[in-house]
Amino acid sequence: MTVGLEHYLVVSALLFCLGLLGVIVRRNLLVIYMSLELMLNAANLALVAFSRFTNNLDGQVFVFFTITVAAAEVSVGLALIVALYRKRQTAHVEDLTTLKL
Amino acid sequence: MQDALFYTFAFLTLMFGFLVIANPFSRNPVTSAMFLVLTIISLAGLFVLLHAFFLAAVQVLVYAGAVMVLFLFVIMLLDLKAEERRKIKTLGVVGGLISTGAILAIFLSSLLKAPLGATQSPVVEGGTVALAKLLFTQYLLPFEIVSLLLLVAIVGVVLLSKKDLK
Repeated sequence: MTVGLEHYLVVSALLFCLGLLGVIVRRNLLVIYMSLELMLNAANLALVAFSRFTNNLDGQVFVFFTITVAAAEVSVGLALIVALYRKRQTAHVEDLTTLKL
Repeated sequence: MQDALFYTFAFLTLMFGFLVIANPFSRNPVTSAMFLVLTIISLAGLFVLLHAFFLAAVQVLVYAGAVMVLFLFVIMLLDLKAEERRKIKTLGVVGGLISTGAILAIFLSSLLKAPLGATQSPVVEGGTVALAKLLFTQYLLPFEIVSLLLLVAIVGVVLLSKKDLK
């Protein structure tokens, strides 16, 4: 059986679920952030696969924009984490309970 | 040949992705970051199999090159020794597995129902020329807006990393 669109979509779904699991289970802010990157990459893979199998380059242009926005997002998010660490000396979500009653 | 390559890269991507979130040997964020680099590189292999050559190159350059260096830089900047000894809560793991399994079930069931239809001959090639033609004609406005977004991000990062954050 030759590899088709559905194979890529299954890989993308599994990768997305791995990222989601990481976001839910891990408690380190940096690892949570990396899991978010995994989820973004899974979406990228699905877009590229659709673009290939529908003979349409728009999906790849969209992935190009996604990668750019992800780079900007990572830089801002990491700056936020560094600012947080300066203030609270932690990068662990369970220590961030200011909003808790 | 292509099929074997697909299965190899898919397996590598998923295995490295799993090692990012749950490495049985080390809870250090640095190992997670390294496995994320490997995940991204194997994803670039999948992009090559999909004939998205430009995106594969950008994936390696921007993600594995720039973004991951930024990650490693921040990890080294924050000294995260104490984080390794924390316990992972079983309740969190169980809840995470249940919700992730539910979402995966939704994905796969909708995939089974979807009328994907066998496309006979994918001919599209995501080379630099084809993508650039599209990017500088039809998608010129979003392209310029993205440059503005990058500028905003730069200014925001500079502001955020000032010493006395107000």
